[in-house]
Amino acid sequence: MPAVQDTIDRVKLIDVDQYKYGFETEIEMEKPAIGLTEDTVRYISDRKNEPAWLLEWRLDAYKRWLTMREPDWSRVDYPGIKYDEIYYYAAPKANAGPMSLDDIDPEILKTYEKLGIPLREVEALEGVQTRSNIAVDAVFDSVSVATTFKAELAKAGVLFMPISEAVHEHPELVQKYLGSVVPATDNFFATLNSAVFSDGSFVYIPPGVRCPMELSTYFRINERNTGQFERTLIIADKGSYVSYLEGCTAPRRDENQLHAAVVELVTLDDAEIKYSTVQNWFPGDAEGKGGIYNFVTKRGDCRGKNSIITWTQVETGSAITWKYPSCILRGDGSRGEFYSIAISNGKQQVDSGTKMIHLGKNTTSRVISKGIAAGRSDNTYRGLISAHRRATNARNFTNCDSLLIGDQCGAHTVPYLESNNASAVFEHEATTSKISDDQKFYCMQRGLGEEEAVALIVNGFVKDVLQQLPMEFAVEAQKLISISLEGSVG
Amino acid sequence: MIEIKNLVVQIEDNRILNGLDLKVADGEVAAIMGPNGSGKSTLSYVIAGKEDYEVLDGEVLLDGENILEMDAAERAAAGVFLAFQYPLEIPGVGTMTFLKAALNAQRKARGEEPLSTPELIKRVNAAGEVLEIKRDFLKRALNVGFSGGEKKRMEILQMALLEPRFCILDETDSGLDIDALRIVSDGVNKLRDPGRSFLVITHYQRLLNHIVPDTVHVMSAGRIVKSGGKELALELEANGYADYRQLAAE
Repeated sequence: MPAVQDTIDRVKLIDVDQYKYGFETEIEMEKPAIGLTEDTVRYISDRKNEPAWLLEWRLDAYKRWLTMREPDWSRVDYPGIKYDEIYYYAAPKANAGPMSLDDIDPEILKTYEKLGIPLREVEALEGVQTRSNIAVDAVFDSVSVATTFKAELAKAGVLFMPISEAVHEHPELVQKYLGSVVPATDNFFATLNSAVFSDGSFVYIPPGVRCPMELSTYFRINERNTGQFERTLIIADKGSYVSYLEGCTAPRRDENQLHAAVVELVTLDDAEIKYSTVQNWFPGDAEGKGGIYNFVTKRGDCRGKNSIITWTQVETGSAITWKYPSCILRGDGSRGEFYSIAISNGKQQVDSGTKMIHLGKNTTSRVISKGIAAGRSDNTYRGLISAHRRATNARNFTNCDSLLIGDQCGAHTVPYLESNNASAVFEHEATTSKISDDQKFYCMQRGLGEEEAVALIVNGFVKDVLQQLPMEFAVEAQKLISISLEGSVG
Repeated sequence: MIEIKNLVVQIEDNRILNGLDLKVADGEVAAIMGPNGSGKSTLSYVIAGKEDYEVLDGEVLLDGENILEMDAAERAAAGVFLAFQYPLEIPGVGTMTFLKAALNAQRKARGEEPLSTPELIKRVNAAGEVLEIKRDFLKRALNVGFSGGEKKRMEILQMALLEPRFCILDETDSGLDIDALRIVSDGVNKLRDPGRSFLVITHYQRLLNHIVPDTVHVMSAGRIVKSGGKELALELEANGYADYRQLAAE
């Protein structure tokens, strides 16, 4: 109950004209030549001392990518990305890998402090920081700079480390699962990522283990003209459970920056992964200048029977969002869930949704999507629900609501349904509503300011999804929602 | 004390209020009666600060200060409360959440500390008891799935909680059965106070049997055309508005 008021209070403290995370960190970086060639791929692989099989994998992806075309079927409009004007790798100098906290450049530590991400375990343990007991992997441009609580996690047998480290320490796991959910040939952006991915998190939960704390990765793009291509791989072995959180920010810049990540999740029999994202990349200014191009491929494979994958996302940032976190429901009795809040303001463009691919028997899925469009933005939900011919008794429930604020924005719903099994039952509900002037007046008559009134109504609108987020993230998300709607009224 | 002077209002080129004058003293309950389309609801919206209305002339003074310069939230904090004829639904927002947000927004605007949650709950429960509102209603989304009578009782609960200086009841009796009418009226009567004034807008005498007014004003074609004591309401009930329509036309 107090969260709404808390949101409002916090929003008041924030400078409304500033993307809060738009600051830049001055730090010396190490980069390859600009643009993308075979040499760039070799450079990245070499920096990370990678085994031959991985370099081959990257080079195959690179060659494949050269033959592919950028997709144009989504409802977004941008002037085309100049792939030869991007740096594909940037690492803080002198530090090309995991290290202890003492070795980290103090500027980077300060950056994460400013972002409210605790990298100092001591403080977290003493309860100084509010986000205690979350293990964090911090990715700064192309490399992971710190992973906290590793020792404690190791006691439980949980592996949580930068993927660049996992390649060396657990090559058998990486080789077995990398690209097994999102193949290197999957799509233009995933293939690009496969060629040049730099770092990201690797998680393995052994059979029967319930991960003792929330795991979290925090992505930060800092360097100018640099793409970020992280790769996350999470494997939940039989009967295990993990909740994973992902957060992202970037400095405020005039030019657009590319972010093309790949996330792969695998659940074996009876395992469960909850994956939550609060995406707050710089959205560009009110005129649509600058901002992150977010072209991300996220997919989970419920490989084992009765396994569960839940995607929860709060998307408030990026100039363009193109992402469809999906579930392949392969194991009999497996379940996929997708809960999404996508907010667009200014000139942001969102084309996002999910795919639930029912392959196994008695598989179920649930999709709750809340799209909020304000300013001159465009917000599209695009979702595919399909049942394979062997997916007897597949069930899906989809609920897709859109809320419009003002009359210069657009909300669109594009559902695709494919059923090859007569016993499959798909339900789809969709609504579009507008915050009415009467609702706003009613709230204001009770004393709420106009923006407070809108924030309250929007928070009510997204409540079903907010409830799916871990507690601490929910508060953060509420705050973000209010911030991203600033200037949407009046 | 609220004083309305020569209020002239239009909406989309339709003149609704035509030089309306009205005074309601502290502690006074004033009733406004009048036929459909006489501008009663417009008057309540203009006082409360709804946009879309164009004020061409006049003033609305609350304790000497012209509130027409303020937005709706500022007027609320200054003590203006409107009990809506059709209260709005706010899906997903718990009633208690809403009450807390509203009360603390007003307190903040007045430079007061926010009310603690236990104290808030105490006050809400006390008001709820008078209005026979079940506690689980407070956990539900505001007005969503409430019956007409439940919505009206919730309006009065908010009035009790927010402790306004000047309360407008816009056809609060519409859609109420006899029992609900009694409960709502009792709730309002408990709030009568020497420091608080009321403007009760209604079509019918029956509400005024429960909330007995000090003064009655007849409104027609955007003006007050006759004022009197509570007996004026009885006269209207007997004779209808025909005479006053004529009066306004002259």
